[in-house]
Amino acid sequence: MHELSLSSAIVNTVAKHAEGRRVTVVELRVGTLRQVIPDTLEFYFEFVARGTLCEGARLKQEVIDARLRCNGCGHEWEIEIPAFRCPECAGGDVEIASGNEFEVEAIEVEEAQCIGQR
Amino acid sequence: MHRTKVRIVEDALDANNTIASANRADFDRAGVKVVNFMGAPGAGKTALLERVVADLRGVRVGVLEGDVEGSMDADRLAHLHVPVTQLNTGAGFGGECHLDANMVRSAMPALALEEIDLLLVENVGNLVCPAEFRIGENARVMVSAITEGEDKPLKYPLMFRACELVIVNKVDLLPHLDFDLDKLLYNIDAVHPDVETIVVSARSGQGVEAWREWLLRIAAHAPQEAIA
Repeated sequence: MHELSLSSAIVNTVAKHAEGRRVTVVELRVGTLRQVIPDTLEFYFEFVARGTLCEGARLKQEVIDARLRCNGCGHEWEIEIPAFRCPECAGGDVEIASGNEFEVEAIEVEEAQCIGQR
Repeated sequence: MHRTKVRIVEDALDANNTIASANRADFDRAGVKVVNFMGAPGAGKTALLERVVADLRGVRVGVLEGDVEGSMDADRLAHLHVPVTQLNTGAGFGGECHLDANMVRSAMPALALEEIDLLLVENVGNLVCPAEFRIGENARVMVSAITEGEDKPLKYPLMFRACELVIVNKVDLLPHLDFDLDKLLYNIDAVHPDVETIVVSARSGQGVEAWREWLLRIAAHAPQEAIA
């Protein structure tokens, strides 16, 4: 359900960088720990983008798997279920190596061809 | 027309975090510690505030009530004689399901920060979105009532990880429910190892003293890590 709020965050971030140009593609990196459902995000993005520079833009999502690293014993592993204790040493001092991303990586914008001609 | 690719690499929530940091700076300047209080609708957030705000041993407390509509929660707190500010999110996109940094910023002038030491912000009842949006708080608390079931940490890990304290509420109902408290605590620890937990009943008062002590500790020396 938070895909709606996240869609607004994407559109706002893109608007900041589009500098008035129409956006055709938004590339997003989404970690699995963000619990984002790609289809749902796409649905809301299309909706929230209406009337903005992102209207009609395609949302390309790269899904990043979740990897954890134990600061106690150095063990690194991939998780599919939310279990954050180290399976090797049972330590709780565990950091997220990847899987927490929610980044706009790049956008594709339309430029008028004659810019700069005199 | 031709197309250009622009590389950005920016967390989509940066804009919110920037405003949250500005909020924090304002709170710091006023000497006010802020707690973001989250949980599902009906978990007992307001009841847990009612239990403690009237007696925080000299710490002057204010409450910011976030709701989509209405002022029922603020009205409930009115008789406790602490300043309560209502913030409705209904003006947002069809009624926002969470507070964000900008909403809290807009409420700032109404907060009378010079009159309080501790601001308790009751977020909109929701186990998902509030976890994504920092508001400038020093610490985050989530409440999980045992009526919600033992599996909630596994279903909403984002929320159970986005807090420094988990309060397990409504334990006075334990004799009446098929509920395994150890299993819930085990699941909380699996999702957020070593997170602090307090088992309470807002109704009977069990555990409320530990909740009060926790707030007093935050008021005395709150964590100062940056927002993001």
